[in-house]
Amino acid sequence: MSILIDRNTRVMTQGITGKTGQFHTKMGKEYANGANCYVAGVNPKKPGERYEGIPIFATVAEAKAQTGANVSVVYVPPPFAAAAIWEAVEADLDLVICITEGIPVRDMIEVRDRMRKQGRRTLLVGPNCPGVITPDELKIGIMPGHIHKKGRVGVVSRSGTLTYEAVGQLGELGIGQSSCVGIGGDPVNGMKHIDVMRLFNDDPDTDAVIMVGEIGGSDEEECARWIKANMKKPVIGFIAGVTAPEGKRMGHAGAIISGGKGTAQEKLAVMEECGIKVTRNPAEMGRLLKSVL
Amino acid sequence: MKIHEYQGKEILRRFGVRTPKGTPAFSVDEAVEAARGLGGKVWVVKAQIHAGGRGKGGGVKVAKSLDEVRAHAQAILGMQLVTHQTGPEGQKVRRLLIEEGADIRSELYVGLVVDRATQKVCVMASSEGGMDIEEVAAHTPEKIHKVFVDPVARLTDAEADDIATKIGIPAASLPQARTILKGLYDAFWDTDASLAEINPLILTGAGEVIALDAKFNFDSNALFRHPDIVAYRDLDEEDPAEIEASKFDLSYISLDGNIGCLVNGAGLAMATMDVIKLYGGSPANFLDVGGGATTEKVTEAFKIMLRNPGLQAILVNIFGGIMRCDTIANGVVSAAREVKLAVPLVVRMKGTNEELGRRILAESGLPIISADNMAEAAERVVAAAAAHAARA
Repeated sequence: MSILIDRNTRVMTQGITGKTGQFHTKMGKEYANGANCYVAGVNPKKPGERYEGIPIFATVAEAKAQTGANVSVVYVPPPFAAAAIWEAVEADLDLVICITEGIPVRDMIEVRDRMRKQGRRTLLVGPNCPGVITPDELKIGIMPGHIHKKGRVGVVSRSGTLTYEAVGQLGELGIGQSSCVGIGGDPVNGMKHIDVMRLFNDDPDTDAVIMVGEIGGSDEEECARWIKANMKKPVIGFIAGVTAPEGKRMGHAGAIISGGKGTAQEKLAVMEECGIKVTRNPAEMGRLLKSVL
Repeated sequence: MKIHEYQGKEILRRFGVRTPKGTPAFSVDEAVEAARGLGGKVWVVKAQIHAGGRGKGGGVKVAKSLDEVRAHAQAILGMQLVTHQTGPEGQKVRRLLIEEGADIRSELYVGLVVDRATQKVCVMASSEGGMDIEEVAAHTPEKIHKVFVDPVARLTDAEADDIATKIGIPAASLPQARTILKGLYDAFWDTDASLAEINPLILTGAGEVIALDAKFNFDSNALFRHPDIVAYRDLDEEDPAEIEASKFDLSYISLDGNIGCLVNGAGLAMATMDVIKLYGGSPANFLDVGGGATTEKVTEAFKIMLRNPGLQAILVNIFGGIMRCDTIANGVVSAAREVKLAVPLVVRMKGTNEELGRRILAESGLPIISADNMAEAAERVVAAAAAHAARA
């Protein structure tokens, strides 16, 4: 088992004809069971064409109807990405993973509002995220497949390369992962730490979780309180940005300390209060996780 | 992206928000001319810089004659204005706003931000305007009223009236307050702002409601659809290193320390700064080179970091993943050669072809220090920076 995606998932790529969409669709197809999982692409201007043997359809609904794809990954450029997410939601897919970086916040507010008001069941991961991987089964996103190893530790993170860092450290200690989920660094996104944590809690093949956060917002605190009340498995954490000054945006649109809120110190303190083992040294994430197994 | 107060007021007026009459001025003569043009007997001379806290720093003065306007303009233009947001070195004042004076009965606060938890725009208002709103939030949170606005319905009359009443606006002035609050919300939404603040919003002796200040930040990801906002950009107000970095698609923030960091990915870049601090060092910057650490990008990143005269060492931390370490190593070597790097360089890279990458660094003949993991990299760069500083 795993969360969100596995060898039976069927994926379509929205934005399959762009450079990034092509490259990562090819990498995903070459990883583990990818050749069976990547079944469709979407581009309104190029229906009937193929990329790497994958048929391209004009719409998400058509791609779903023709191939049975239940998950989409979005590489559409920022001005059009929110509309692409909405198209996948309207087509009632199980999950949309949006990799695109740089989507205007207002566009995301509108999409999330429509999803809530219409009671849509489609889950959204991202935007501005590395994607989701279930090692040895399926990789959807831009993460390097080879650093992952099948196992029983879940990873959830707001950052891309910092997630790879955590996975790399686990690998060096011989610890594999059940699934790794990058939820993205934008202020208005889909699944949050808490949503992913719930899934890991219910997954019989996940024994422990690494939670990687960063400055800005209060998602980590909210997740920590939920963990204290509900989580049956050990969780360890790291928060990036102890040294970040207030009022400066640290690359990610969401990574900013404003009004004295969202500091790494505050997040770490709440996590510790909630029984999560935290480290202030990003080089120690793997070892700390090993200590709780 | 940030803009000046007078530009913010131009936007507000477009959305029907009442502001004092005012004219921007770029010289002392223009300031006096602006005051003459406005007429009246009382003027306010306001320094225009992107930081808040201008009044406390001496950047806002009331004048009761044209001679006083001249004197204040002379004093403020060109001064290094220091506020709690500028840092100790302050910010040079290059522009002024000359405004008509206002008869202030009470000072209120209204601010808008995107609330991450509800994924809506939050309108915050308080009767305690004119002062540091963070202090109010910390000590008397019950004096801050919030409404989370439905993005389709926008701010309704009922919501506007409710919040206006809560901050003490009398019934007779509610229609004016409603126009201002709704106009402010529309201005925020339609321009893709990430922050809008009026502090103070004032109630005059005659019961008028007026925006005495205007602060806006905008979502940089949405600027492509707002050329009019982009035209407001004032490069004098931005860090030259950060401007240079943005030309090469590098995300760069200057900090106070002496160890330059070049990292791929925002989260890993922050973590790298943190680990340097943990080992007793101090980062000179945040720098995310993004997905592709090409030779060109690494070279430009080195050049930008080396503008900092206090730089004592550089740490390159790349988790290549899909990127190959030999490519990264070649990029680092040629960049170090091109800039004739004179400070110690520690490189930690992870990804495909790690061994090959390390060999390229070792055989380059350059004094590059390799590290296996983040902890080792931090330890080595802190030691190297200290040794370099001692030699100098």
